[in-house]
Amino acid sequence: MKWILSPSEIKRNHRNLVGGKAFALSIMAREGFEIPKTLFLTVEAYHEFVSAAGLRERILLELNRKDFKDMRWEEIWDCATRIRNLFLRKPMPKGLDVELTAQVQSCFDGKTVAVRSSAPDEDATGSSFAGLHESFINLRGTESIIKHVRLVWASLWSDAALLYRQEIGLDVEKSAMAVVLQETVAGNRSGVVFSQNPSDETQGIIESVYGLNQGLVDGRVEPDRWILDREKQTILSHNSAERSHWLIPSEHGVEMVPLPQDLSQRPPINAEEALSIYGLACWAEALFKTPQDVEWTIRNDTSYLLQSRPITTLLPNETEDKRAWYLSLHRSFENLKVLRKTIEEKLIPEMKQTARDLADKDLRMLSYGELADEIKRRWEINHEWVKVYWEEFIPYAHGIRLFGQYYNDAVQPDDPYEFMNLLTHTQMASLKRNRMLEDLAGIVRSDSELLEKLQAGEALDLNSKFEKKVDEFIIEFGDLSCAVTGGAECATDTRPLFKLLVEMAANPSSLKPSQEMKDAGTLEKNFLGCFQGPKRKEAMDLLDLARSSYRLRDDDNIYLGRIEAQLLTAVMEGKARVENSGCREIHPSEIDKLKSVIHDLDYGNGKQELPVSTDEYGFKVNPRQLVGQPAGPGLSRGKARVIRHHLDLQDFKNAEILVCDSVDPNMTFVIPLASGVVERRGGMLIHGAIIAREYGLPCVTGIPDATSLIRTGDEITVDGYLGIVTLLQKDP
Amino acid sequence: MTHPEDIKTHIRELFIGQKLAVLSTHRSGQPYASLVAFWGKEDLKEIFFVTPRTTRKHANLSADSRVALLINSSMNVDADFHEAVCVTALGCAEEIGGAEKVQVLKRYLAKHPYLEDFANAPTCALIGVKITSYVLVKNFQHVMELSIEQ
Repeated sequence: MKWILSPSEIKRNHRNLVGGKAFALSIMAREGFEIPKTLFLTVEAYHEFVSAAGLRERILLELNRKDFKDMRWEEIWDCATRIRNLFLRKPMPKGLDVELTAQVQSCFDGKTVAVRSSAPDEDATGSSFAGLHESFINLRGTESIIKHVRLVWASLWSDAALLYRQEIGLDVEKSAMAVVLQETVAGNRSGVVFSQNPSDETQGIIESVYGLNQGLVDGRVEPDRWILDREKQTILSHNSAERSHWLIPSEHGVEMVPLPQDLSQRPPINAEEALSIYGLACWAEALFKTPQDVEWTIRNDTSYLLQSRPITTLLPNETEDKRAWYLSLHRSFENLKVLRKTIEEKLIPEMKQTARDLADKDLRMLSYGELADEIKRRWEINHEWVKVYWEEFIPYAHGIRLFGQYYNDAVQPDDPYEFMNLLTHTQMASLKRNRMLEDLAGIVRSDSELLEKLQAGEALDLNSKFEKKVDEFIIEFGDLSCAVTGGAECATDTRPLFKLLVEMAANPSSLKPSQEMKDAGTLEKNFLGCFQGPKRKEAMDLLDLARSSYRLRDDDNIYLGRIEAQLLTAVMEGKARVENSGCREIHPSEIDKLKSVIHDLDYGNGKQELPVSTDEYGFKVNPRQLVGQPAGPGLSRGKARVIRHHLDLQDFKNAEILVCDSVDPNMTFVIPLASGVVERRGGMLIHGAIIAREYGLPCVTGIPDATSLIRTGDEITVDGYLGIVTLLQKDP
Repeated sequence: MTHPEDIKTHIRELFIGQKLAVLSTHRSGQPYASLVAFWGKEDLKEIFFVTPRTTRKHANLSADSRVALLINSSMNVDADFHEAVCVTALGCAEEIGGAEKVQVLKRYLAKHPYLEDFANAPTCALIGVKITSYVLVKNFQHVMELSIEQ
């Protein structure tokens, strides 16, 4: 059994042993290409690690918690996070550790190293895994190199890789990963060359930057680009980039720094060098008998080939497009920083202002026709903001994930979600709303006359302090009767709010946010203690971004809810006018216009189909134990309150367990009354999980058909440690 | 897995793929488990096995006819934890005789031909368990119950 091989030891039948990337490098080295000093860690080393650590079945248990098709991308990300943590924490088998340490020390002798993935599946399928698995550059020290070998192995199970393998029908159970360890060639000019342009077979392409290639591959440095004629081997065009920065090796890895003035004035390579580099790519194409995508770098006027792989995008393959989409789910730190600026400085203020402007308009002053136009206008405004929500706010949530990965890599905690403790209590709008509700409930609790009137549903001569506070609450958060993001129901009526307050008054909440977060300060100190120098600053910046991302995860919906509430207010006004139109002298065409607009918006639909549970032969299905994802630690038992329609929330009773399709942030006002949360949608970072964690409630997400398998009144337990919901049997 | 047919499909696969079931009985509060070679009807309403009348399980059944039968697809490998499907059948046992015994034994022995002498021995009883419900476990911890109106 060979765990480590040098390029010269690779034989013709070793492709599956070392993966496509390593195999290609060994062939190029044999053919006389200049490659950096390299070692290959075979798939046997991967197997040794996962077997010794008991990871093989552990991974498959994670991936088979439920049927893969029922798992949302966010759940797959959660699984991938847990698996990644296992790879970091499990000990390296002694024999492998000893051999790897010795070989790394003797081959690289303290020099910096790149650790790259080399997946055997890639060549077996003719599919490209480019970008799906991780590679790391400029690593110094045996310990760091071996840690990053683990991370490359773990990237076999990243969310994007899992989705892609599923997409192209690869058997995840047979997947394995080889690794390329390569001495860093700190080239001062680098790039990528395509022997054939993926979109024009008569051309080739070179992209080139100053500094390390990673800057180009990550999209952080804009490259100069040359288009070449494949047949004539001549340059057709050269597009200059705005050369402002370069990525260079630093004491703590790599860093982006401004490009010296003299370099920014001239392209990284001249025409002669471009032709020479293109010649290398054509040589590689002739060698591998298919167009190649080659990464290269130049140090001291010597060109090195870092890797070569087939250009699979040439194949008319639909899955390539999906791979790009999977990759787009991950945003870089730089990209997220730009997104944050846009969201915080532009979009959120605009959303708030839009809601205010809509609220200021007195709908009662509008004619029937004007109201119809106003409803349409509001629908369009709301629609635009929902679009912004999907295109800007949802991707921004990746800031939490990026931080989580960063935290886990540095701290390697027992709990892969420990990082969440650093993000909570960031003044989410929903917490402010719940505090206001608690205050209102306190007033009701101390005023028995008020309580009686609210219980009787009487028109109130309201306690002035109470009335003022209710008004303040409604102005800020609406009357709690509207759903957001596509919600189809709304009743502009304070009764649901009063009903909830009566329940809260009778049951003072013992739940207070922040119960579990007392050691967040220590965790933050430990985390930041893992870094020095510029890396510490980067860690602090990323934590700050993650906190913003976490806060926005909830707040964006609250603000969006305000806009949708204004749309729904106009719709309700329209419906009321249509109903009362017989009492007034209104031209029928105006009434028809209003009716038509309300009908076109199709408010009032959204019926849920329940799955069949009994057949004609007398067989009846009852759920007993349902598996989802553990999303908030803890165990609780209580009666289920299933929310199928937004207005079901008004019947919520103290200590019930909230069961819903998807917790809308505008729904989370019942959380102080709840003893647990169960949600169909899966993921650690969905609203239900976030708010449950804030209140220290057990939470299970990702239970398919939760709202149809569980019925209101069912006695259930929520095991937030294991992600299991159990329906207790009724006594016979 | 919310439709009865989804669960029935899993159970039928176990009926075809597995030869043995674990039978649970009890006497005076003491549980007892034993292996039995079984055959299950296609309609899933009854499971049959054969046992000598001198066995402890037979004595237990005579005292209390309520039983549980466990059938699973595990192969004693690590992958069982995510791949194996397991069903527990709950029901009431009774000895089968007469014409029905002849018919059932024919089907039973088609599945277990090596048990011909054993099953036809005068000291052996053919036991039928009328099933009231199945509890199916898959994906390690996902549990659904299928109850039957007999």
